[in-house]
Amino acid sequence: MKDSVSVLIGGSAGQGIASIETLLTKGFKRAGFYTFSTKEFMSRIRGGSNTTLIRISKRPVNAPVFGVDIFVPLDTDSYYHAKARIGQETFLIAKKGDFECDCTLYDHDLPALAKSIGSPIVSNTIAAALVFGLLGCDVGILKEIVTELYQDEILEMNLKALDIGAALAENNGQCRYCIEPNLSDSAANDLFLSGTEGVGFGSIAGGCNFISSYPMSPSTGVLTFLAKQSKNFGICVEQAEDEIAAFQMGLGVWYSGGRAITTTSGGGFALMGEGVSLSGITETPMVVYLAQRPGPATGLPTRSEQGDLELSIYSGHGEFPRIVLAPGDPRECFDLARRAFELADMYQVPVIILSDQYLADSYFHTEQFTINPEQPAQHIIKTDADYKRYSLSDNGISPRGVPGYGEGLVLVDSDEHTQEGLITESMSVRNEQNGKRLKKIELISEEAIVPEAEGEGEIIVLGWGSTKHIIQEAVERVGDERVSVIHFSWVHPLSESQLAPLREGKQIVVVENNATGQFAKLLRIHGIAIHAQILKSDGLPFFADELSEQLASALKEIR
Amino acid sequence: MSTRFDRIVEDNAWCPGCGNFSILAHLKEALDEMGLDPLQSVVVSGIGQAAKTPQYMSVHMFNGLHGRALPLAQGVKVANPSLTVIAEGGDGDMYGEGGNHFISAIRRNADIINIVHNNMVYGLTKGQASPTSQRGFKTPVQTEGVHVEPFNPIATAISLDASLVIRTFSGNKEHCKAMLKIAIEHKGYVLIDIFQPCITFNKTNTFKWFRDNVYELPESYDPTDKVNAFGKALESHPFSIGVLYKSPSKATLEDILRKESRMDARPLFSHQVDFHALSDEMDKYI
Repeated sequence: MKDSVSVLIGGSAGQGIASIETLLTKGFKRAGFYTFSTKEFMSRIRGGSNTTLIRISKRPVNAPVFGVDIFVPLDTDSYYHAKARIGQETFLIAKKGDFECDCTLYDHDLPALAKSIGSPIVSNTIAAALVFGLLGCDVGILKEIVTELYQDEILEMNLKALDIGAALAENNGQCRYCIEPNLSDSAANDLFLSGTEGVGFGSIAGGCNFISSYPMSPSTGVLTFLAKQSKNFGICVEQAEDEIAAFQMGLGVWYSGGRAITTTSGGGFALMGEGVSLSGITETPMVVYLAQRPGPATGLPTRSEQGDLELSIYSGHGEFPRIVLAPGDPRECFDLARRAFELADMYQVPVIILSDQYLADSYFHTEQFTINPEQPAQHIIKTDADYKRYSLSDNGISPRGVPGYGEGLVLVDSDEHTQEGLITESMSVRNEQNGKRLKKIELISEEAIVPEAEGEGEIIVLGWGSTKHIIQEAVERVGDERVSVIHFSWVHPLSESQLAPLREGKQIVVVENNATGQFAKLLRIHGIAIHAQILKSDGLPFFADELSEQLASALKEIR
Repeated sequence: MSTRFDRIVEDNAWCPGCGNFSILAHLKEALDEMGLDPLQSVVVSGIGQAAKTPQYMSVHMFNGLHGRALPLAQGVKVANPSLTVIAEGGDGDMYGEGGNHFISAIRRNADIINIVHNNMVYGLTKGQASPTSQRGFKTPVQTEGVHVEPFNPIATAISLDASLVIRTFSGNKEHCKAMLKIAIEHKGYVLIDIFQPCITFNKTNTFKWFRDNVYELPESYDPTDKVNAFGKALESHPFSIGVLYKSPSKATLEDILRKESRMDARPLFSHQVDFHALSDEMDKYI
């Protein structure tokens, strides 16, 4: 009996892969399994070749795998698209003759069966019931879910399709891939969240009351999420004419006392560079959600990469403090998005939440948690008549007033400015103000999240952002006791408290979803020696099984 | 004449005799005479000589980036609708670098006053063509004269059904002040394009040239007749000044966004997070 099973559904956009994903993930979760799903897709509205991977297990699974146990290609293209992932053990559900493979074929013509009850569209529902049944789950659960999702004729057709799929599973006889569910049923009470939803909910908890963005994959999910929630939580939503305007509107909102976010990907963030710089010199808070995709330029628009770490740290002219946070799962997305608003407000700096397509579009089991119901701290002061926006202070923070609240004027300038906020070319004032701004870095560094090392081995496998659970599972698979794992979710500015554990002479292996090892470069700047790097930049996230092999051979080199 | 919007300025960056001085004076007087409170007024500006205007006033100021005053000003207004918000800059700032924002700001119709100092030349970068430079205008860059069609902000604004479209001339104090007052009074987006001589870099469109090339619209002119207004906007040499177009009444951006998200008119900083609703909503994701 296997510990976990991976199910791959392939098809073209518009064939209903998303419906199967919803049906199966909800179903498996209710059946008591830990479930994880992730998708990769082409940049098309219709057509193309896309897959969704669903993993189920008795234990938590939070990472994609390359190898596929059960494969349901809804069309020929998707079969060839995913062919490399099929092995001898793979159970292929397809019509005999459609594909030739060295695998176990379960010969059924799902589209024909679907047509027999009225519509080829429900072949995905038949497939769902078949897969569900093959894994020993009760089709009743799926019936319950479709009843919640659909109505009238569509519901009836889907119920029929489920019966057909369940019968096929039963006729199969063997429970080849049955795995034990988790009987403690704690899995069923977990949240099932994507990175996108984590950031969205976290933003709401952080007091976000304005979003202005220009749509760009893979960041748009947060924009639509907050638009959907705008009535429930009071969020003004405006689609901007471009990313430049999106950022500027957000700055105007913060200047005027609101809490704004803008969402984008690398190309859009490149346009926001001047705005990041403006936020820096005017000390106007701002929050940016940057969901990475592979560049340069348009790159691979629907795919994933950790290629914009350097962009997020170095974008914008001039020298000024900023914060870059890189969550590793939906729970961290929630916590760090919430914290981003607090940090931006407190230190009056731009804060960037750095995610990527993989994390944004993947669904993770997330244990329920109690949300601290404390309102966002009030950092805005009521001004008096001689208020100076940029008054000098010991820690570099000047109390922030907003127009219309108090007796003072709030003067904000993109030029170098006096304490009052008026343009100046005085070199001494320049030094004072520049020094004041840069001084905030010390305070900010004290906030840095120090990663906890998992394990005590003398070899550190280190990652940041979305690779968190993939690295964890890969390390578990390798089972080398010499290894400990460190994951960074606070990637800029790095503080000595974060770096000290890396200076103990341990061998460090850095895993990054990019081609040049951007985080390793950062560590080297801070004098950390890197022993080995595992990099991937083909547009896909790491797979736990694939990474475990790469890790094993990297570890072999280390004696 | 002293106003509540005056600021004691030790070092002014404008050339002596610049048209900006008159616009600054007219604006302060208009705001003062209308009884506006400096503490409830914000001037957002971009970059350029015109964009320095709020540096010389006693008013809330966000002196931002080149071309970006409009999106920032809209954010300010949405976050706190009780503020009077002015977005001010020159022709290069608003129509060149900020062209896309100009179009979108008109379409959004936030209740802001968009003041554009239009001197048909770039001042701060020393005399190159601006979007409104006339054909044939020679500069150190356009050595054979400008070879592109001048941008027509008035016609553009009318075509986008701007809530209120005004043109005036800095050299006509009475007219300019009256027009500023109409602009400030109006609820909705207002374009107020102010012809202004650049005494250093524009030797073609001088004070005398503007004086000879503008005329006031007659009282009989109907600014609500859009087709007629568009025709008027296309006329040049002479250029008409006055309220060229007034659209039928329409909702403002800040009102629409609040209505859409079921929020009241209070500033965003007084809104609270509903953690009960948040917990309930997250429970749906089990």
